[in-house]
Amino acid sequence: MNVLEAMKGKAWLSATLLLAGLILLPFVVEPALGKSWMRIIDFALLYIMLALGLNIVVGYAGLLDLGYVAFYAVGAYCWALLSSPQFDLHLPFWIILPAGAMLAAGFGVLLGTPTLRLRGDYLAIVTLGFGEIIRIFLNNLNAPVNITNGPQGITLIDPITVGGFSLGKTQDVLGMSISSPHMYYYVFLLCVALVVFVSLRLENSRIGRAWVAIREDEMAAAAAGINTRNIKLLAFAMGATFGGLSGGLFASFQGFVSPESFNLMESIMILCMIVLGGMGNIPGVILGAILLTVIPEALRYTGELQRAMFGQVYVDPADLRMLLFGIALVLMMLFRPTGLLPSKQRKQEFAEERK
Amino acid sequence: MSNLLRVEHVTKHFGGIKALTDVSFTVRKGEIFGVIGPNGAGKTTLFNALTGLYQPDTGAIDLDGVSLYRRKPHQILKAGFARTFQNIRLFHNMTALENVMVGRHTRTTSGVLAALLHTKHNRQEERDCAAYALQLLDRIGIGKHANALAKNLSYGDQRRLEIARALASEPKLLALDEPAAGMNPNEKNALRDLMISLRDEGLTLMLIEHDVKLVMGICERMVVLDYGEKIAEGTPDEVRHDPKVIAAYLGGEVAA
Repeated sequence: MNVLEAMKGKAWLSATLLLAGLILLPFVVEPALGKSWMRIIDFALLYIMLALGLNIVVGYAGLLDLGYVAFYAVGAYCWALLSSPQFDLHLPFWIILPAGAMLAAGFGVLLGTPTLRLRGDYLAIVTLGFGEIIRIFLNNLNAPVNITNGPQGITLIDPITVGGFSLGKTQDVLGMSISSPHMYYYVFLLCVALVVFVSLRLENSRIGRAWVAIREDEMAAAAAGINTRNIKLLAFAMGATFGGLSGGLFASFQGFVSPESFNLMESIMILCMIVLGGMGNIPGVILGAILLTVIPEALRYTGELQRAMFGQVYVDPADLRMLLFGIALVLMMLFRPTGLLPSKQRKQEFAEERK
Repeated sequence: MSNLLRVEHVTKHFGGIKALTDVSFTVRKGEIFGVIGPNGAGKTTLFNALTGLYQPDTGAIDLDGVSLYRRKPHQILKAGFARTFQNIRLFHNMTALENVMVGRHTRTTSGVLAALLHTKHNRQEERDCAAYALQLLDRIGIGKHANALAKNLSYGDQRRLEIARALASEPKLLALDEPAAGMNPNEKNALRDLMISLRDEGLTLMLIEHDVKLVMGICERMVVLDYGEKIAEGTPDEVRHDPKVIAAYLGGEVAA
């Protein structure tokens, strides 16, 4: 019993330390590495949300969705249209953020419905098509009536503003000057916490089990009484909700959206975060999202390094990024096909102990 | 004894292949009912047509007065008709306990909101569901493997786990598709005892089985299929002496 209590105490201690570390992180990163790294960390948080959303569809329910970025786009454009000079609407964030998430959920159901009978490769191809359709729509909805401003995108999007306090510019708080990425960091952190919480609760629930059952064997799941149609649509809707949420946050943070940001490569990157980190396992997915956001940025320095060493840039950092990325994926598939932190490992060990 | 399952004139063709032609029979409450026949006779197709995995072309299927004709698998399960599969279909990367908990899907109600808010009802339901599942696993004899992944169980245990998952829905009728396939004599005996004890508790069972000794020893009545058609129905003794059945199993002309 004492051991158990001690463990509980330890868990609390590490949780508190983690929280403190996360809160203090910007105070270290920003002075040491600069504002650009603060932005990169903010993007890492956004990608964690996206990856966890896609994880529900791909990791839990096993539905290979290659058009996930469409929901990110829906959320982003929902915010951009309702809170920018485009239509001169400036609705508050507490309306548009949920609205964007809900709208994305609606699109999730809309795009999920025609794909219900498809599996594996076929599902992947159709969802890939849907993702592209959304992007192309956004690209072309500037004529005959200008809605999305086409390829130019929408600019001057409002930042999150709480009672006149804008997160879009540097503010003085308690005598400290806090930058915009620093403030957004806390907002994103809060949203990540929410998304992790929702994922955790759903994972260990009747619905979560039904998702995994469908992933494992759809026919057996139906024979076990699961309404596979509804449960699959629920997975699409939940995943899309997270996508819509991150999309809205992205639009407000960036202040600018254009269809360019929502191309196929984004969908693939988000999928890779899940595959690399560990499909269906929340810590794994988070790790994958962080690695795949931070490493490419770190590789940019290789350009400067090359210039310092050879006087010119031989390998473009962007090419290097794809090269290393390809090698990493091949190595992963060879040595750790279930990802860096695969799921169920813990339960497996527990089972062996019990025997 | 009253009738539980009524199957009338069920037909299922795949293109030109007549998998089932005009199959009719009834299963009575509280009996163990056998479905036998040579390989390819249509036994599994019959199970699939009854449990909604295939849509029958024509016919009528009633369970306890409720029509199951052309209903979805989950609706049929909810109506009280559970099944297992010939080629075991477990959720391999879930634990044994989770497999059985999935089997209780229709007997539980918590949705997304309840799960997110961890409502009192949700917590109670999860506890009850896990307790019920654990009890079933103990009864079926694999309680000590509750936290093992289904794919790591031995073959016999996987078969048993599938039965436990089907039982978790508290069915009125349980259809077992070759449950003894690949089992050793000890496992077969345990399975037989399990089926008898389930029957004694009021469950009705349907059984596809190749082990003639097992089927003849346990079933009150049975139907014999050959080339998708019913060729006999009755008690083991009646079926055993039916010339059509003998011809189907041994080949050759039907003695006039």
